Amino acid sequence: MVTNVTSFSRSGLSDFLLQRVTAVVLALYALCIIGFFLVTPDLSHAKLVGYFGSTSMQLFSLLAVLSTAAHAWIGMWTIGTDYLRPAHVGSSATLLRFVYFALVVIALFVYVVWAVRIFWSL
Amino acid sequence: MKTDRPVNLALYTIHFPVTAVASITHRITGVILMVGIGFGLWLLDLALSSEAGYLRASEVMQGGLAKFILWGLLASVIYHVCAGLKHLLLDMHIADSLEGGRIATWAMLVISAVLVVLAGVWVW
Repeated sequence: MVTNVTSFSRSGLSDFLLQRVTAVVLALYALCIIGFFLVTPDLSHAKLVGYFGSTSMQLFSLLAVLSTAAHAWIGMWTIGTDYLRPAHVGSSATLLRFVYFALVVIALFVYVVWAVRIFWSL
Repeated sequence: MKTDRPVNLALYTIHFPVTAVASITHRITGVILMVGIGFGLWLLDLALSSEAGYLRASEVMQGGLAKFILWGLLASVIYHVCAGLKHLLLDMHIADSLEGGRIATWAMLVISAVLVVLAGVWVW
């Protein structure tokens, strides 16, 4: 049996659902952020801090960055397992995929910690 | 070996269907956003850090390259969300026939293109 050791939730069905739930969260978050910048033409530091520093936006930003970590992992996993295969990149495919997945994990970890630091220090 | 195999393929008539082009673009914009989040967090971190940081961020965003990057990221978000919404429709078996899929993909591309142009107007 092929074991699915690198997928996000060890289950394709669960990954499928998570990808969609997090997508909806991220689409709504993007809409909120873009909407804020659209309706705030005379933007200032105080207004920016006021917006992102509100408890509701702090929670929404945290939810969004956690959703990003799951969503991006599932997406990047799909791409990695589709293209970094022996048929495409030769016999070192497993090593290449390992390095690629490691880089993705590090980047997403940094994003989560960085975002928490930015939004929860306001 | 089969003897009735087609020969002399007219390669110039062979191309990816529009749905395949839309799908690979969905992936490419996803990778762009994966990197772009770093730019977005950096800019937000700077702008939120202090009054001076905010002015520095505003100054950075006056630059042509920075505006182009911002537009590229907005375009990626717009396309990725539009293609994603189409995907959710497919999940509900809306436009999941061959012809329906082609029409929905063209509609998605047109809507995305209009929004991407509007985003460009907004940035510049």
